[in-house]
Amino acid sequence: MDKIAPKSRRTLLKTVTAVAGAVAGTSLPTLASAAPAAQGAEVIKIISSLPLTGPSYGQSISVVNAIRMAIEEAGRKAGNYFIEYEALDDATAAAAKWMAEKEAENANKALNDPDTMVYIGTMNSGAAKVSIPILNQANLVMISPANTYPGLTKPGKGEANEPDVYYPSGSRNYTRVVPADDLQGAVGANWAKKLGAKTAYVIDDTELYGKGIADVFVATAEKIGIKLVGRSGIDGKASDYRAVATNVRALKPDAVYFGGITDNNAAKVLKDLRDGGFEGSFIGPDGIFDTTFLKTAGDAAEGAYCTFGGVAVSAYEGSAKEFAEKYKAAYGADPEAYAIYGYEAAKVALAAIAAAGVKDRTKIRDAVFATKDFKGILGTWSFDANGDTSVTTMSVSIAARLADGTLSWEKVEILTAG
Amino acid sequence: MLTFEYFLQQLVTGLANGMLITLVAIGYTLVYGIVEMINFAHGDVFMLGAFSSVTTLQALGAQAVKRVANKDQPPIPETYLWLVVALITSMVFCATLNVLIERLAYRRLRRGSRMAPLISAIGVSFILQNVGIYWKGVSPINFPRYIPQIDLVKAFGIDSFVRVTTKDVFVFVVTVPLVIALTLFIQRTKLGKAMRATAQDRDAAQLMGIDINRTIALTFLLGGALAGAAGLVSGLYNNTAGFQMGFSYGLNSFTAAVLGGIGNLNGAMLGGVFIGILGAMSDGYLDARWTPVVIFGTLNLVLIIRPSGILGQDLAERA
Repeated sequence: MDKIAPKSRRTLLKTVTAVAGAVAGTSLPTLASAAPAAQGAEVIKIISSLPLTGPSYGQSISVVNAIRMAIEEAGRKAGNYFIEYEALDDATAAAAKWMAEKEAENANKALNDPDTMVYIGTMNSGAAKVSIPILNQANLVMISPANTYPGLTKPGKGEANEPDVYYPSGSRNYTRVVPADDLQGAVGANWAKKLGAKTAYVIDDTELYGKGIADVFVATAEKIGIKLVGRSGIDGKASDYRAVATNVRALKPDAVYFGGITDNNAAKVLKDLRDGGFEGSFIGPDGIFDTTFLKTAGDAAEGAYCTFGGVAVSAYEGSAKEFAEKYKAAYGADPEAYAIYGYEAAKVALAAIAAAGVKDRTKIRDAVFATKDFKGILGTWSFDANGDTSVTTMSVSIAARLADGTLSWEKVEILTAG
Repeated sequence: MLTFEYFLQQLVTGLANGMLITLVAIGYTLVYGIVEMINFAHGDVFMLGAFSSVTTLQALGAQAVKRVANKDQPPIPETYLWLVVALITSMVFCATLNVLIERLAYRRLRRGSRMAPLISAIGVSFILQNVGIYWKGVSPINFPRYIPQIDLVKAFGIDSFVRVTTKDVFVFVVTVPLVIALTLFIQRTKLGKAMRATAQDRDAAQLMGIDINRTIALTFLLGGALAGAAGLVSGLYNNTAGFQMGFSYGLNSFTAAVLGGIGNLNGAMLGGVFIGILGAMSDGYLDARWTPVVIFGTLNLVLIIRPSGILGQDLAERA
């Protein structure tokens, strides 16, 4: 036994090292991208906060990769500063989606790190609601690649106290490079109309984003003459939605609009609707615009429509197409829908740091807000005083079966929302 | 919307869901009846049962149902065989797992404080959830359609809003015989008698020559087997599975067991069917977002008015 012991201990040690290596490997995206040991020049840190655990992982890691690509392309420099980047995770395995506690922790981490000047995030509008007020205290600028809830920036488009409630200091610190849902929800309703729908049933996941965009859909639908026959809010953790499907079958709407995200069981809702005999059109917002939705819904996904503040990856042209090719060369897969916004957000951040010329949160925030006629990958665009982009390109995609049998979101139409 | 047919449709949904909840609830109630602990890991055993079923079916190469012109085609005969194999595999897998859990995590704590096995159970629940994540990932997975969905009401030539599909019937075909078999086992066999005796007075039962450890292991075996069956049925009925399903089903089933009177087998059945129907009616007539409030509100009421549950008088005997 004594002779064997040392050997087995070594084996154990090896196993432990291998496991530790594997763990470190999986958590790599959350580590800082190896910044050069900055000699002489000062370091400015960019932090991103996105759900890197759960169904959103694919989408989020794609955004992280794109941010890293933008920083690498700039030689990890902006003006006279070396740029360091750290990707934080605002989701937990137990919840399998973003958690308010985790997002607050990330925001406080950024706030208390004197080197952090830009916060790229969040993926979910509900999470932004948590971090904006925290970062607002220090004028630490946020650039979101994905939040679309209108109330975060636009007065009169959300609750009565929005958006001022998020900005306790009285000045703004939040911007986003994606068009908001007051455009997207409207595009969804217009699309339903174009498909010939006269009646619609609306289901939402009762989250800030999902309920918000469903409200916009309902308001627009009523204006353009689509009758709302019913509406349900669902629990994203329920085991089935047959009762809702029965409602839909009883009311026979031409279209069902789902306001919500893949993490809240969107695929199961669609499955139960189809199983329940619903044969009309299913339309969802960008919250379901990912491959996880298609995989989980399987056959039921075929023919589902999805709106998006931008263009499907398969329809990229010009510099966007170049970006997608570079991305694929670097990471071995096509970028997900939001990657391009992560890339643009990082570019805006780098440009603002260079323009500000000093390591000062307020000055860098001002520089981000001053972004005007920015020649980016999304076209030439500006931020308005609310921090919203002037880009209004919207697109509609359909879940189509490709020749190899897999499902993919394919472009149907590109629209410019007014 | 307020037609009788609409009500019947929700009733069908509620009954099918209720039978699934019953299968899981029995696992809670059996264990509570005999060792007076809530096995919080039970829902997660059920989840792993669903995972093992989909893995088995895919490994056997079972063919998913084909749809032609929006109609499900009947499966090829082999599929039925593979389903039976998957049912048995899943039941054996979950039964073994449950017995192992009892042996490793609960047995040594049996004579300790009441809290010890409870906390241990929560720990096991976390471990099983992480096994689930490691096995199938964090996203819900697609459980392919192996059971066709054919409306039997229409097939009999009746034109009605109510649809009773082959999938609904399938749930009953598997769950009802299992529940009956279990009841007979406990009431009629020697081992069942040993279980009842152990539940009534563990020390006296031991003095009468009953092997307590074996009897308790048997209880976990039976509970696990039913959870395994429920895992397969739930996968085939809902066509999704995810590592969190153990939590949501577990919570509903635990509620059902408490509602019916925990420790009482008939109570678990009554509670399961009741929760299933209550959930479907709340989804249908209120709104799905209120369903958890309705279910747990009812639980609160029952606990206030009748703390031992609807059929809980059996507990008094032991107290």
